[in-house]
Amino acid sequence: MTVQSIFDEMSGHDGQCRDAYRVLQDWLKSVPPQLLDHRREEAELFFRKVGITFAVYGNSEAEERLIPFDIIPRVLSGREWAHLARGLEQRVKALNMFLKDIYGPRHILRAGIVPPELVYLNPYYRPQMHGLSLNSDIYVQVAGIDVVRVDDRDFYVLEDNLRTPSGVSYMLENREVMMRLFPELVGMQRIRPIENYVDELLGTLKSVAPVSSPFEPTVVLLTPGSLNSAYYEHSFLADRMGVELVEGRDLFVRDEVVYMRTTEGPKRVDVIYSRIDDDFLDPLVFRPDSALGVSGLITAYRAGNVAIANAPGTGVADDKAMYSYVPDIVRFYMGEEPILKNVPTWRCREKEALSYVVDNLHELVVKEVNGSGGYGMLVGPHATAEMREHFKARVLASPDSYIAQPTLALSTSPVFTRAGLAPRHVDLRPFVLTGSNGVKLVPGGLTRVALTEGSLVVNSSQGGGTKDTWVLSE
Amino acid sequence: MLSRDADSLYWLSRYVERAENTARILDVAYRMASMPISYNGVNSNEWESALISAGGVEQFRAIHGEVTPENVIEFLAFSDANTSSIQSCFETARQNARSVRSALTSEMWEAINSAWLDLRRLKAQRIRVEDLPRFLNLVKEASLRYDGSAMRTMLRNDAYWFSRLGLYIERADNTARVLDVKYHVLLPQDAEVGGGIDYYQWAAILRSVSALVSYQWVYHQNLRPWLVADLLILREEMPRSLAACYGALSRHLGDIAHRYGTSGAAQRQARSAHARLSNRTIQDIFQHGLHEFLQEFIADNNRLGLAITNQYLG
Repeated sequence: MTVQSIFDEMSGHDGQCRDAYRVLQDWLKSVPPQLLDHRREEAELFFRKVGITFAVYGNSEAEERLIPFDIIPRVLSGREWAHLARGLEQRVKALNMFLKDIYGPRHILRAGIVPPELVYLNPYYRPQMHGLSLNSDIYVQVAGIDVVRVDDRDFYVLEDNLRTPSGVSYMLENREVMMRLFPELVGMQRIRPIENYVDELLGTLKSVAPVSSPFEPTVVLLTPGSLNSAYYEHSFLADRMGVELVEGRDLFVRDEVVYMRTTEGPKRVDVIYSRIDDDFLDPLVFRPDSALGVSGLITAYRAGNVAIANAPGTGVADDKAMYSYVPDIVRFYMGEEPILKNVPTWRCREKEALSYVVDNLHELVVKEVNGSGGYGMLVGPHATAEMREHFKARVLASPDSYIAQPTLALSTSPVFTRAGLAPRHVDLRPFVLTGSNGVKLVPGGLTRVALTEGSLVVNSSQGGGTKDTWVLSE
Repeated sequence: MLSRDADSLYWLSRYVERAENTARILDVAYRMASMPISYNGVNSNEWESALISAGGVEQFRAIHGEVTPENVIEFLAFSDANTSSIQSCFETARQNARSVRSALTSEMWEAINSAWLDLRRLKAQRIRVEDLPRFLNLVKEASLRYDGSAMRTMLRNDAYWFSRLGLYIERADNTARVLDVKYHVLLPQDAEVGGGIDYYQWAAILRSVSALVSYQWVYHQNLRPWLVADLLILREEMPRSLAACYGALSRHLGDIAHRYGTSGAAQRQARSAHARLSNRTIQDIFQHGLHEFLQEFIADNNRLGLAITNQYLG
């Protein structure tokens, strides 16, 4: 894992343009920088006009912000993608089998592969899911798997997002903007399309409808409301799928059946694509103070009258403590070696690991097990001594809540800045759909980029940006 | 469709329409106030009339006290405290639009969103009284653009009809208010007095509902107060008249009933109000009392709004 120089997606380790980037690089050399600057402004105007914004929590000043968009695409060759896609399919299949097992016979616990307390004491473990039989045994219909790399050989999974992964609307809109702004560049090579994502999503959701539902099941997208940070995405997806965008107050349950309130009276709902946390789904079962959910929803779900995607309780498989067991989980269920690697992880819950972590904070990234969005993490090499001391105290106070990883030399990709092209660290979040019709992937995903020089944090809530991701056809 | 979405669309259109109406009212006040005093009447205060037409006089007094052009413009155009100010209307409209984005076409959303962005910028600049016409034009154009995009891009289904209902309920209310504030200058005994002064008042009423030129095309004669009232109350061909609004309301409620296969109180109320307007003459209304007629109309219009809410939007 130790790498001398940082790997660049365009120019590798040695400054030689990599094959997939050749057309892009030639084109970049041929256009004047003013043109790029002009197009960048146009892109921003487009995002502003369409209202593609996100809200930042705890920041009322700038309630709606644009996610910065970088106009230089990130390019993957067909071969790179094929390898990545195989790995993603394998991983998500295994995670679905793991969830079925955890909420069923628990073979994996008895085999001693995963410590039981990591399941039972996990805040995302939902005993209500026990013994339920789901359509096609699918728990995670929509997964967003964050991958990074440090060289041109391997992808490392950084994080599995199995609850309500977001960002796919940016993936789609970024492509839309690139096609509008750079038709000449887009036309110079064969880029695999991604616009069928929404169709595949709808198909996936319909495929997991309860067996009792009609031939054309009614799908809705459940959002926490317009103040949620991902609200734009919720409305975007609902609109493109042609399904109702509902809030908890639009739904009600009668005789264990879910209905929505429409201008024509109650209408039965068969599949809920939920974009709210489990905790808020049903105040009768989870948080009683939730105003976002629907009373009786879980009863209807348990009665098999409605499907919820993703299923409640999937968070048990995507927290950062469980993460370090995923390679074992893949081996256990699939009987094969994992195609995608994990980043080596120290579990602070283990004694030797803890003492290693507190002694080496200056070169590690420490993450809260249940944190997300780049909150509650320490990037050791970039932190002050004072911040490290502070974090050390927190880790020692509750070691179970933390894991640590080496600070990876994440690959960089060129971005457009006032001073010309400059390398910035990137990751990639491909989206994996799983329905009773199988696993579907659209080629690419959301490339997130840390816009500050040297920064490793790509989260949009922490000032990261995005760029279009091209998978070339072979 | 979702009741909440229908409700948002209904109110979205109401607020855009309200912003445009307030802009027209301010426009007329600005024109009248800039005329020499002998033309706009000895005791008339155009800025005060503007306040009464737009509603919210009491709140205005509580906040600003004195009626000055600057205060009225601030209150009707920019005030956050006034929920019907142009600025507030677009704030609310955009909130509604955001919560119902999937029911809007992208053209409609862009119309609302860019108007909202423009207004925010203007508010930050603090415009002066003499910039008012330019500002009001911007508001009218935003409303036209929204309305035009709705007409040209929306599917003709319940979402479209609910947005139309909001527009016509709001428009009928506005026309009735504009008339009611000035009803005294339309009465026959006032018509004899002063001549020239009243002429400008009648013209102002027509202008505030953009009907000055239409008047000439319909009647081919000089301004007559009863004809001004006739045009704005009974003429179906005049798009802002009460009769035209109710024609559209009963038609679109009919569309909804037809699509849903069932009708209710809202359809009955709209139909009978429309029939009452079709069967009356302006002489009849003047005999009954113009002010009384308008007051009743405003109350009935509110009742219809309530019936629509109860039947579909709750």
